[in-house]
Amino acid sequence: MDVELLIGIFPQVLLDGIILGFMYALIALGYTMVYGVLEFINFAHSEIFIVGAFVGVEVMLGLKSVGLLESLPWPVVLILVLLAGMAGSGLLAVTVERVAYRPLRNAPRLIPLISAIGISFFLQDMIRLFESLWRNAFNLVYPTLDVLNLRFELTETLDVSVKSLVVIVGALLMLWALHLIVNRTKVGTAIRAVAEDQAAASLMGIDVNRIISLTFLIGGAMGGAAGVLFGVQYGLINPYSGFIPGLKAFTAAVLGGIGNIPGAMVGGLVLGLLEAFAASYLSLLTGGAFGAEYKDILAFSLLILILIFRPKGLLGEVVRERA
Amino acid sequence: MIQALLSVGLVAGSALAVATFPRSVLVFLLFQGSLLFVYRARIPEWLRWSLLAAALLVLMPVIGYFNSYYLEVATQVGIFVALALGLNIVVGLAGLLDLGYVAFFAVGAYSWAIVGSPHANIIFGGGFPLAGWWFYVFLLVGLAVAATTGILLGLPVLRLHGDYLAIVTLGFGEVIRVLANNLDKPINFTNGPKGITPISRPPTPFGLPYGEYFYFLALLIVVAVVIVNRRLEDSHIGRAWEAIREDELAARAMGVPLVRMKLMAFACGASFAGVMGVLFSAKQVFINPESFTFLESIGVLAMVILGGMGSIPGAIVGATVVTVLNLQVLKGFSLWLNELKNAGVTVLGYSLADLPTQFEPAKYERMVFGVILVLMMIFRPQGIFPARRRQRELGG
Repeated sequence: MDVELLIGIFPQVLLDGIILGFMYALIALGYTMVYGVLEFINFAHSEIFIVGAFVGVEVMLGLKSVGLLESLPWPVVLILVLLAGMAGSGLLAVTVERVAYRPLRNAPRLIPLISAIGISFFLQDMIRLFESLWRNAFNLVYPTLDVLNLRFELTETLDVSVKSLVVIVGALLMLWALHLIVNRTKVGTAIRAVAEDQAAASLMGIDVNRIISLTFLIGGAMGGAAGVLFGVQYGLINPYSGFIPGLKAFTAAVLGGIGNIPGAMVGGLVLGLLEAFAASYLSLLTGGAFGAEYKDILAFSLLILILIFRPKGLLGEVVRERA
Repeated sequence: MIQALLSVGLVAGSALAVATFPRSVLVFLLFQGSLLFVYRARIPEWLRWSLLAAALLVLMPVIGYFNSYYLEVATQVGIFVALALGLNIVVGLAGLLDLGYVAFFAVGAYSWAIVGSPHANIIFGGGFPLAGWWFYVFLLVGLAVAATTGILLGLPVLRLHGDYLAIVTLGFGEVIRVLANNLDKPINFTNGPKGITPISRPPTPFGLPYGEYFYFLALLIVVAVVIVNRRLEDSHIGRAWEAIREDELAARAMGVPLVRMKLMAFACGASFAGVMGVLFSAKQVFINPESFTFLESIGVLAMVILGGMGSIPGAIVGATVVTVLNLQVLKGFSLWLNELKNAGVTVLGYSLADLPTQFEPAKYERMVFGVILVLMMIFRPQGIFPARRRQRELGG
């Protein structure tokens, strides 16, 4: 075993893990916020996330076709794309809640979950339908901005590209904004109140339906931002590429304690790091017997183990059981 | 009397129509619809069952003789009916939402595929594939292996309820798929994404062609599964399952052994999938992990939900409708569109030839499943043919 190699790649793996972790954290927020107010797994969140990526790529391609992609300063382009992705995903999340979840709010618990699975599948093929009619292709590539691919060599073995920095900075900004909204504003107080006790919140004059819509909007927008960052970072997207990251992000949310916003961030980072290390080291340590593909098994086994042994997660409060 | 005449007429007429237009999907759908009519019609029992038997045992193979694709569809329907009935036990009766059900199907399929093909020589040395008659033994082995897998999954998740259980089973299904995809090293068990082929088939009795053979075998298994299901439903086990579904706490207070009953539900549901997995691998001759994705799990779930959770006729109808929708309606529409395209037809001044090439209607299975799930949940959560007990509950 080449110990020097193992140590040598360590910083790079750490960096990759952090990037992945922030991505998961952003997506996990959507799951956790909705679970906080409704105690319901929004299974369609993985598609809400990937819709953000598609809105982003459409805006970029649109800018490119009118020649603005190169002429606008690149931070402006990125902010535009990010805002568009957030708006698209946020509005979609609100619509989905209105159409497919709200009528089922008082139904037995499995009914809205099954409806959410249905929405998830429906959205995957809707994206495919739209893109294949509009572009005659549903595997889309993010247009590259030259500046994003610049790399800084920090040490001999560690370099970081501008787009990785964009992802990290973007994710941190989002998380900070969310923190402000939830903890420092009236709306945030209302969201926390509804999560605590819907009936009492409505007695205090809070419009519960509006707050639930708002929760979906914010969670969806976070997912949309994650979608755009995902596209910028990895380049290639297709209508089905949201599913696995979505499931991983859900794992992250559960890992941190579902319903708990800081928990989602912690869970995302932990899972991202675990996966990055598994992907790079597993095959090195086992002499190629177990490859990077086993990182998926690692994530799902982790999910299963947490749900069984510590369902409240790392930072979670006690989860109430409801039949 | 009128209904009796109508039943006989419909079955005979639609069968004749299929013989006259062997390529028309619509006519074949009419044939299937006539069976449903016979099942629901107010006619004497002996007439009902002899009509159904005649249609399934005689007419269907004859249709298959003229157009083997229909026999293929019918066999697929049979496979999915058994899967839907198995999932129906877990989800419908016991109320345990299993999102990784196809894993058991995969376990059954791989159990025969590995030893029924030369592939096993890599693992165990020489002597494989096993002779064709081992297939029948492996129908039982597949059942046992899948049931054991069901218990192994059930044991750790006993404490979980509702949506957490659903997610864990989903994770389990994904783990099985990833394993099937990657267990080609260090020891090559599954040959990874390339899959296993050729898988041996049993010798057929009376020189039956394989199309007919697998159709009859699937039908036989489906009948066995239906009988087992019916017996279970009204037994103390079935009642215990339903008690658990309705209120776990109350069921336990009434002395229902939760652990045993839940494990039994997982094992029973899994065993049906295991048997069909063995049949599937022999029928296909080739299997790879692509056949055992989350999409298939949700497809089977959509069948159960469409028909009505906990309802046996519901699961059968649901499986038939969804399979036919996927295999025939979507594909038929796709072919028809292509013909129109090639003929240069224009609709409202828009030439169909300009349709993007990536627009392939046959590929929209997920949309079908999704629409079924959402619409059923919102408008008719009890399904098309609600379970009798549930119907009584909802009827007040």
